[in-house]
Amino acid sequence: MEVRLTVNGRERGAEVDPRAALLDLLRDQFGLTGAKRGCERGECGACTVLVDGRPTLSCLTLAVANGGRSVTTIEGLADGDRLHPVQQAFIDHDALQCGFCTPGQILAAVACLDAGRANTDDEVREWMSGNLCRCAAYPQIVAAVRAVAAAR
Amino acid sequence: MSAVNRRDFLKVTAAVGGGLLVTINLAACRDKGAAGGTKAADPSVFVRINPDNTIVVTIPKSEMGQGVRTSLAMLVAEELDADWNQVRAELAYYDPKFGDMGTGGSSSVRQNWMPLRTAGATLRAMLVATAAKEWGVDAAECTTDNSFVHHAKGDRKLHYGALAAKAATQPIPADVKLKAKADWKLMGKDRVGIDVGPITHGTAQYGLDVKVPGMLYASIERTLVFGGTVKSFDKAAALAVPGVKDVVEIKGVGIGVTVHPGVAVVATNTWAAMKGRKALTIQWEAGPHAAESSESYLATMRAAVEKKGEETVNTKGDPDGVLAKSAKVISGVFETPFLSHATMEPMNCTASFKDGQVELWSPTQYPDMATAEVAKALGLKPEKVRVNLTMMGGGFGRRINPDFSVEAALVSKAIGQPVKVVWTREDDLRHDFYRPCSVHRIDASLGPDGMPEAWRHRVSTPSIDVSYQEKPPEGGWGPNETDGSANMSYRIPNRSCEYTLQASGVPRGWWRAVSTTHGMFAVESMIDDLAAAAGKDPVEYRIAMIDGVWWKQPPDFPEYPFRADRLKGVLQLAADKAGWGKPLPKGHAMGISCGYDHLSYAAEVFEVSVVNDRLRIHRVVVAADAGPVVNPNGARAMLEGGVIMGLSAALKERVTIKGGGVAQKNFDSYSLLRINEAPVVIEAYFVETDTAPTGFGEPAVPPVAAGLANAIFRATGKRLRTLPLDIKLA
Repeated sequence: MEVRLTVNGRERGAEVDPRAALLDLLRDQFGLTGAKRGCERGECGACTVLVDGRPTLSCLTLAVANGGRSVTTIEGLADGDRLHPVQQAFIDHDALQCGFCTPGQILAAVACLDAGRANTDDEVREWMSGNLCRCAAYPQIVAAVRAVAAAR
Repeated sequence: MSAVNRRDFLKVTAAVGGGLLVTINLAACRDKGAAGGTKAADPSVFVRINPDNTIVVTIPKSEMGQGVRTSLAMLVAEELDADWNQVRAELAYYDPKFGDMGTGGSSSVRQNWMPLRTAGATLRAMLVATAAKEWGVDAAECTTDNSFVHHAKGDRKLHYGALAAKAATQPIPADVKLKAKADWKLMGKDRVGIDVGPITHGTAQYGLDVKVPGMLYASIERTLVFGGTVKSFDKAAALAVPGVKDVVEIKGVGIGVTVHPGVAVVATNTWAAMKGRKALTIQWEAGPHAAESSESYLATMRAAVEKKGEETVNTKGDPDGVLAKSAKVISGVFETPFLSHATMEPMNCTASFKDGQVELWSPTQYPDMATAEVAKALGLKPEKVRVNLTMMGGGFGRRINPDFSVEAALVSKAIGQPVKVVWTREDDLRHDFYRPCSVHRIDASLGPDGMPEAWRHRVSTPSIDVSYQEKPPEGGWGPNETDGSANMSYRIPNRSCEYTLQASGVPRGWWRAVSTTHGMFAVESMIDDLAAAAGKDPVEYRIAMIDGVWWKQPPDFPEYPFRADRLKGVLQLAADKAGWGKPLPKGHAMGISCGYDHLSYAAEVFEVSVVNDRLRIHRVVVAADAGPVVNPNGARAMLEGGVIMGLSAALKERVTIKGGGVAQKNFDSYSLLRINEAPVVIEAYFVETDTAPTGFGEPAVPPVAAGLANAIFRATGKRLRTLPLDIKLA
């Protein structure tokens, strides 16, 4: 069936299986591979995108359930050439190693900051606990999010 | 300063597009033995200076988050006096001319330390000679900085990009001098990763993101019982799923590769392939391992360490005799489970078979092995196989194995079309090459001075090597399995290490730091018990007996001998930085451990408290010595990441075998340490011994479990000897 939604500010439509996940639509059909397939059951957070500003596990939400909504993926986070402050903070703090979980981490961090939940290290650690990082860049991720919070 | 004769290994030519191309024969330059020794092809690596001033370094090693693209590019850029902002790293493809491209064993910086710096220094000399000629001045009057050649008298300067084409026609200087550490401008200073841009933009392309024209997607149902085979299958329901194009049987490839028998469903998209796979009906033949379980292994390994081992890996003096006569023998039995690598990016590979050739885009740590095994499995000559490297979402040793590459090549050949084989998390967790489970028993006795007099260490594991070869290596299965056990570095006059092979159908592999991850847990826990029994301080006790490595095996890398002073150095530094022996907050205690792994030295202190049986880790201090540090930022990341991965294994990770297969399916049952569970404070320090560098990728992992158990012991009086440790985080 057809689904129409806004992806990174652009209206898009596609024919999808009614039971296909948003992640499949983004990756296979729209070629937006920034959202990663890590576990397909919401355990790892690598597929995190923003739907109407809310952090969403795109592996667990049906593509068709997002009709009319606005989806932001890592590819659409920067404002043209201007990086989102969280992207810049991840660079400045080297808050990644292999980088596979990074798009999900960044989008979860954006949501954490927007929700005003980055006031302490523990708050950040709690909010970000749905996003696994096997390389364990955890200390730098906390530092990056806290730095953005401090600058706000 | 060290002078290097590089006439043997450097070739400089003009590059297509007007740049300068340098070919380095690494085999002629690499330090003896460090290239692995088995593949003496014509290894080369490329550096390209473009007219637009960018400098491209092709990295002949796999990037999986360890920062090798950054550190290796820094080796070139430092000696070249390059503008770091203009340096790019390019992914290599497999070619024997690059030499051993296998990435593991914390070896990348060690192997490339001389050749890449020499390449940079040589290029620099040629650029200087070109500029000097242009200006009609003496080259000695010229200096370089930030990709410019300057003339000391006057204000003339030329950019490297403008000089590159002419520099290619310069004679290659016979000798170049490499910079002393004091003269480093780039190295030794923090650099963020060279790939952070594309990664944070979401444009970095991992294996899973590869798309080639006409590509289909495949998902494979593999035998869940190791050693099982497909008896029969019905593909009708799978073929009825919209988007499914084909269903093909995978026969499996045996020992050394371990492609599991199964059935592949090929579709126009990932979702349809997975849905089709679920619709398959397969009858399995369970095979010879179906009755095996973690419990059955444990029972036989426990029994094995109660008697003399099948192999005596190491022996000195008369440990059995001394123990038999001792009034008091201190004993400990230590048990560790199978572990999964659980890289964030599940295994995958894209393959395109056409006209008797196959091209792969593979997130592999070992393209050499992938090429050889793909060729063998498809009946092709290796030159008909091209393996392109992709970015990798973690490796930790898992991606050394060629199984996922071979599997993709087999599917593509079967369907005659390009295909990406996508593994689910379940596939990845249940078809890994696992860190072997183990049981260790150590019996020791103390002399009148409290120092150990005898030490008998018995180890039983399913050997890793058995998964790759029919016959044991020279010296038996034991030596590789007892790295960290047989070769521990404490001075004990009577000691032995014995090994007994445990049979198992579970595929085994190299999990970050490999055998030291369990051996050092046993040794460093036991040393702490002995210190406690002797009433001595664990740091002083260790320093008093760190000696040499007593090891009857010939060393793998004789040019990097074990040095007791370096192990003592990191131990002392970690203790000092942690404030060892100073008063702690009420209820807090510290534990320490140290070890030698992959030619590097590490020591760790854990400050913990245990309240209502709940553990808090307040602070971790890690000190490491891998020689001079190329990129402190990257090295620190390896130490911190190594500590957290070690904690994850020490506190949470366990693969359970039931009915000959893996019981865990996803991160809910195989749980990794999360950000809210990781310690907030991890401090990393370096001892930079003035020697050729080794590597930081692995050595921080093995001391973790014992260091933490030692801290818990000192906080509670309870000695935990089974991993994961039976304690919950607060």
